[in-house]
Amino acid sequence: MTEQSTNWEPKIIAFLCNWCSYAGADLAGVSRFQYPSNIRIVRVPCSGRVSENMILSALKSGADGILVSGCHPGDCHYISGNYFARRRFALLSNLLDFIGVEPGRVNFSWVSASEGEQFAEVVQGVTEKVKALGSASRLVKKIDALETELQVA
Amino acid sequence: MPTINEIVSEEIRAQARKLLEEGTVAAVIGYAAGTLPMTVRPLVVRSPEDCSKLIWNTFCVLNLANYLPATLKSVEPPRGPRDPKPEGPLPKVAICATGCWSRNIVVQTQEHQVDRDRVVVMGVGSRGMVSRRKVEAIFSGKEILKVEEGDHELIVQGADFSETINRWSVVRDNCQTCTHPDPVLVDVRIGEPVSERKPPNPFIQVEKIEQKTVDARWAWFTEEFSTCIRCYACRNACPLCYCPTCFVDDAKPQWVGKSLDAVDTGLFHVLRAYHCAGRCTDCGTCETVCPMGINMRMLTKKLNKDVLNLYGIEAGMQPDAPLPLTTYAMDDPQKFMANEVAPVPSMAPATLGHRGPVPGSVKEGK
Ligand code: SF4
Ligand code: SF4
Ligand code: SF4
Repeated sequence: MTEQSTNWEPKIIAFLCNWCSYAGADLAGVSRFQYPSNIRIVRVPCSGRVSENMILSALKSGADGILVSGCHPGDCHYISGNYFARRRFALLSNLLDFIGVEPGRVNFSWVSASEGEQFAEVVQGVTEKVKALGSASRLVKKIDALETELQVA
Repeated sequence: MPTINEIVSEEIRAQARKLLEEGTVAAVIGYAAGTLPMTVRPLVVRSPEDCSKLIWNTFCVLNLANYLPATLKSVEPPRGPRDPKPEGPLPKVAICATGCWSRNIVVQTQEHQVDRDRVVVMGVGSRGMVSRRKVEAIFSGKEILKVEEGDHELIVQGADFSETINRWSVVRDNCQTCTHPDPVLVDVRIGEPVSERKPPNPFIQVEKIEQKTVDARWAWFTEEFSTCIRCYACRNACPLCYCPTCFVDDAKPQWVGKSLDAVDTGLFHVLRAYHCAGRCTDCGTCETVCPMGINMRMLTKKLNKDVLNLYGIEAGMQPDAPLPLTTYAMDDPQKFMANEVAPVPSMAPATLGHRGPVPGSVKEGK
């Protein structure tokens, strides 16, 4: 799972809010802006819906990087979802840094529905960061290792 | 000459008896002596005769606020889940509370777990509680049979030794860096108020870890939590962890596995600490009750530091303000965003009556 070869490509889970960032990704596609195909998009109603459980669960299951993106402050479809999310993400981001999860594994951004080009840039940036870090091992549950251990025992 | 804690114990007994005899409260939450040296036992007293069992000493390390919601429930007349609330005021409960526990009661009130009108807080200024583990470490290999307490020293006795040690040297880490030892809620004052403390840097323990490199921090994290046996004592002893179903018990989806796998254990600790963000009062109970001596309090303390730095809030200090994660400011810091843009309005001080950081306590958050 974590074998790193020269043509290794990271898997990045992107939680995109339905109203801005997902539409931004759509626009990027429609306008033919190129961005790396490493992201796997999970569409969520609002960045406020993205809980720490979802982020850590994705990491645990082997995502090499995470991107959470929502509407710019002031533009939330539900008025304030992203403001609440911002406080939670700030604390989560610092806490993950504190326990030694490499900066750049878990990323947050604001992308609006009209920012197709910016979306492509954000994905480009995040993918480069994650590629530089290599495949994730911290907070990743190694099922393979566990199984081998059980077989040996 | 009685010691400070003997005077406090006497006052607690007298006040508890008075409150129960008058019928002001239906129960008093306090401590009884434990069966082993340096231990105490939480006790709910329901009759004036039992008040003589109440004690107060330097080993009162469990957060009594943890027992408050259940005790309040226990004194209500029995009723089914759908029955309406009975007419008239419900019986009250008195509780002994130090600074941090009283702040937990504030948080419980803010979260509607506790009805402030039904609680009589017997406020005790805390002089710092002693860590049994620290004392045992000094006398490792010897069996401690009795510990007597003076105001500033402990007399530790075993079968063939008797030694006097300085009390403050074995006070718990969280108490040593505590800034608000006096209760923020006081209905009945017990003993003398204690003044605000100004430790040189309340976050020194956290900053030591922050200064490490990212790899060293990861090594610290894996090492620190490697011995966790997932007994959940740290969760159960905490007054904030009252969820009917904790996330660790969720089955679909199962956020953390039940195994002793290092990742599952790590995730449990990260998430538990995160759930306490903006609510934890650094009472240290979680750390004290851990049978494996794990310092999981470092995670909550880190969050306390960030909440104070970023939002200027200390849990339980502003009863009328909303909890930090249930509110927001337009210009909350967002340096962590990948494509950070200038915050919308100017960097005016945060709204909603937030206090500024404690002077000299913290550096600019990252
Ligand atoms: S760890 Fe979290 S989910 Fe579990 S009881 Fe505590 S606050 Fe609730
Ligand atoms: S997390 Fe620990 S220190 Fe914080 S309130 Fe709960 S028991 Fe106390
Ligand atoms: S009390 Fe200690 S051993 Fe038990 S779950 Fe908490 S950290 Fe792990």
